[in-house]
Amino acid sequence: MNRNNFLIKGIFTENPTFVLILGMCPTLATTTSAINGMGMGMATTFVLIVSNIVISLISSQVPGKVRIPVYIVVIASAVTVLQLIMQAFTPGLYNTLGIFIPLIVVNCIILGRAEAFASKNSVGASALDGIGIGIGFTLSLTVIGLVRELLGSLSAFGFKLGGGDGVLVFVLAPGAFLVLGYLMVLFNGLKSKMNK
Amino acid sequence: MEYILIIVSAVFVNNILLMQFLGVCPFLGVSNKVSTATGMSGAVIFVIALATLVTYLLQYYVLIPLRIEFMQTVAFILVIAALVQMVEIILKKISPSLYQALGIFLPLITTNCAVLGLAIIVVSKEFAFSGTPQMFNLAQAVVYATASAVGFGVAMILFSGLREQLDLNNVPKAFRGTPIALITAGILALAFMGFAGIV
Repeated sequence: MNRNNFLIKGIFTENPTFVLILGMCPTLATTTSAINGMGMGMATTFVLIVSNIVISLISSQVPGKVRIPVYIVVIASAVTVLQLIMQAFTPGLYNTLGIFIPLIVVNCIILGRAEAFASKNSVGASALDGIGIGIGFTLSLTVIGLVRELLGSLSAFGFKLGGGDGVLVFVLAPGAFLVLGYLMVLFNGLKSKMNK
Repeated sequence: MEYILIIVSAVFVNNILLMQFLGVCPFLGVSNKVSTATGMSGAVIFVIALATLVTYLLQYYVLIPLRIEFMQTVAFILVIAALVQMVEIILKKISPSLYQALGIFLPLITTNCAVLGLAIIVVSKEFAFSGTPQMFNLAQAVVYATASAVGFGVAMILFSGLREQLDLNNVPKAFRGTPIALITAGILALAFMGFAGIV
């Protein structure tokens, strides 16, 4: 694999949110604002990089039959480390994201990358893959968060842009589905236009 | 009365799928047909009721007395994974017909975040259904989790009905597949917002 392509792969061709459609729960739930989306993306990136590195190191020692439970324990341990770090240094973000931090364990992106990439590739390539996919996920979440924040409360990254309250429904649950749906339409439309 | 409040709140007002976004992957993945959606919902209700019972006991009789609450994530996911495997083996043995109906959905459930999510929610959040906010006792926890799973089933079956209709329509190319499903889910979530304030 060409090592320089890991960023393009993570952001465009294998974008976890818009192309692979994985990890929908945190994508919908934590993107109430750009900052929250970015925080969630970075937390997931951390777990992705750690678990990719550890799994590519141990995968040759793990018997095939028990590999999934072993991978899940590795991922859960990385999430526990992340929980303790976030509780100590970013308690505000930790409380906002709440239950979705422990739920990174069951994010299909992480187990998916472990199974599809880290278990078959070298440590360096797996770390780069984790960084690329992580950046792609963080970018998607930040964009969704930004759109919802702009429409819902007329602000961006916490800064108020204009008077008034915005359309509150975009910050609430239905807005998450609608914004993600329409952004996906946009992504598909641009992709088919570029392919022509 | 208290249990009725818990059930109505869990099924409609705080619908786990449309309001809390737990379990969206199977919601989008296996909601093409009403029959598969029903099968998946049955399996999810069954596993969630069992998993919450076990993880609640684990939290209060193992993790807290030993003061290792930080191991919650690791312990819960292992218990859930083991439980799903066990349910699969037992069902195969004692009820082949039920296994036929739910069997293919069981392996998918380990990575359904609704199971782990509910297990964590019922032991970590305070609820105020009867006066002062307090932690759930075992019966309340299991009832809340099971009712939430029923809410998952309700949303799932409604949504699969809508998707069956969508398949018959001529949808613009860029909207096909997941985007139109997400927009439909958004409108369904808008409808569920009407329940807010009942409890």
